[in-house]
Amino acid sequence: MSDHEYTPKSNFGKWFNDRLPLLTLANHLTDYPTPKNLNYWWTFGGILTFCLVTQIVTGLVLAMHYIAHADMAFDSVEHIMRDVNYGWLIRYIHANGASMFFLAVYIHIFRSLFYGSYKAPREIIWIIGIIIYLLMMAAAFMGYVLPWGQMSFWGATVITNLFSAIPLVGEGIVTWLWGGYSVDNPTLTRFFTLHYLIPFLILGLVVLHIWALHVPGNNNPVGIDVKKPSKDTVPFHPYIVIKDAFALLMFMIVFAFFVFYTPNILGHADNYIEANPLVTPAHIVPEWYLLPFYAILRSVPDKLMGVIAMLSAIFILAALPWLDTSKIRSAVFRPLYRQFYWILVADVLILGYVGAMPAEGLYLLIARVATAYYFLHFLVILPILGFKERTLPVPLSITEPVLGGSSNLAAARNDSRLEKLK
Amino acid sequence: MKKFLKLFFYILFSFSLLPQVFAAEKVEYLTTDWSFKGLFGKFDRAALQRGYHVYTEVCSSCHSMKYLSYRNLAQEGGPEFTEAEAKAIAASFEVTDGPNSDGEMFMRPGKLSDKFVMPYENVKAAQAANGGAYPPDMSVLVKARGGGVDYIYSLLQGYEDPPAGVTLDDGVYYNKYMYGNKIKMSNQLSDGLIEYSDGTTATVEQMSKDVTTFLMWAAEPHLESRHQMGFKAIIYLIILTILVYFSMKRIWSRIETKV
Repeated sequence: MSDHEYTPKSNFGKWFNDRLPLLTLANHLTDYPTPKNLNYWWTFGGILTFCLVTQIVTGLVLAMHYIAHADMAFDSVEHIMRDVNYGWLIRYIHANGASMFFLAVYIHIFRSLFYGSYKAPREIIWIIGIIIYLLMMAAAFMGYVLPWGQMSFWGATVITNLFSAIPLVGEGIVTWLWGGYSVDNPTLTRFFTLHYLIPFLILGLVVLHIWALHVPGNNNPVGIDVKKPSKDTVPFHPYIVIKDAFALLMFMIVFAFFVFYTPNILGHADNYIEANPLVTPAHIVPEWYLLPFYAILRSVPDKLMGVIAMLSAIFILAALPWLDTSKIRSAVFRPLYRQFYWILVADVLILGYVGAMPAEGLYLLIARVATAYYFLHFLVILPILGFKERTLPVPLSITEPVLGGSSNLAAARNDSRLEKLK
Repeated sequence: MKKFLKLFFYILFSFSLLPQVFAAEKVEYLTTDWSFKGLFGKFDRAALQRGYHVYTEVCSSCHSMKYLSYRNLAQEGGPEFTEAEAKAIAASFEVTDGPNSDGEMFMRPGKLSDKFVMPYENVKAAQAANGGAYPPDMSVLVKARGGGVDYIYSLLQGYEDPPAGVTLDDGVYYNKYMYGNKIKMSNQLSDGLIEYSDGTTATVEQMSKDVTTFLMWAAEPHLESRHQMGFKAIIYLIILTILVYFSMKRIWSRIETKV
């Protein structure tokens, strides 16, 4: 936190603030100096906060009507859809909200990757972010199990079975996770409990994430350190608040479109069939946002190695600040990295696509190549690139160079990509 | 800003392509002018009432609809039978109730609050009566099938003689839209099978359309209010977005940087 002095105007304010400096905190949050060149990719932090709050509020209401029991869960969801006042609305917001949450988090993560926001001194923000992302995946997976449809049941069976790949203790762990010898009522009740718990863990981590952010301050599209406060920064309120609000509203239009007009398009039709342990669906597929990792899992022939590959694909991100050896943060000044960045984006999209397809023939081959490239990008390309790449000159400040006629700025201006940052 | 808008529309556009991409891999289903599709889509009341007619006369002898109650038939946004009509429909069914004060179960005429009477006691009984195949509950059937309404509509009209080389076991029928083409339900619809009270000619196509509309309502009873609310919500959001955009411009005009 910036250690600026703040004295409330009223006597009560002073009295209160001396005992609990909430007003100092509020003042810090409104005055927080933010780089003025942040583009719209930076609005997704606010959007994600909105998503989290939406999920928690709608989730609380759903939990009042939902029954976590293998025989009644499916019925209680239909009860919510039919007989609870606006239950359909709340459930569709919650179900599509999960997808919107992941859409936003992927944009947020890829924004970090492009502008090098994970680099020093922001490693802790980044690592907390990865933990939040992991918890989000756990929460989303368990949430998908709760309606107790066919995909719920079989998805839970497939994912929990992954733990059986652990040598020696694997089978025991799976039985322990299930609370029995198959996915059944004990599994459902514990998943419900954890699904209720995790969002609050995420909320706590979000507070840490923002706290850690407020120490060094925001990165920015140019990726240079900014003096705060200065001509290069604006106070968070009203400048960033209004811009975040505008972007959030745009996001909400897309969100509303899904909720009101195609509420089931992102889900799988099989989940409207009640769970049946005796009938296995033709294709068991996770929700779209987990597909790239599912593709990595299936591309490795050995079960244990597949699980390791899938987990490494996530944990490798936590090591990113040290794998990326480049001193320059923003891809704007890294012509080669920029190209590899877009190849990585395409690679992840391809993984997502093949994750939805049956793991055979050409799809399997593509999945293997894409998996290999994913690791190649982080383990080989990034470390080498930092040493080999000839980066473009970086400007001295966001607005104008302090000393006129800097050749750096002229070079930066010639870069067409800078245009969109303005 | 312009680039952002452009991207925003790209994302919207690619999402709108999603269903086509997925659909491209499946059989081409028959389709018709569903009244409930689109921004203002509403159910065709007459089709819903006729569809209910088809359901009770034909489907309900094997297929349950366990999440529907007779009161739903009089509900706004549904077939909208009058309350008297819905009561009469309910009363035409015998419902098991009890136990009474003697501890006995007894039969009584149905009431609005009763769930649709099930054709079989339980899944096992349903399977036993249908050669081992369980006629699925139809309450959310439309949402439980990949092709949705078009799939159900096609399936009902998709019966034909098996192509040469395909042999069918007893009690198995050929349907070109069924997954794997083999279905244990025989062709149920034939022209003039039932007589609609509103005088509509009961062709196979007409009955398929009506009953599928009815099933869509059964699966999404609040579809009409969803569409109405959605339109208002989106208009509201668009207006608010425009207002916030101009406030943003105004606020940021205090400093030189563009947003």
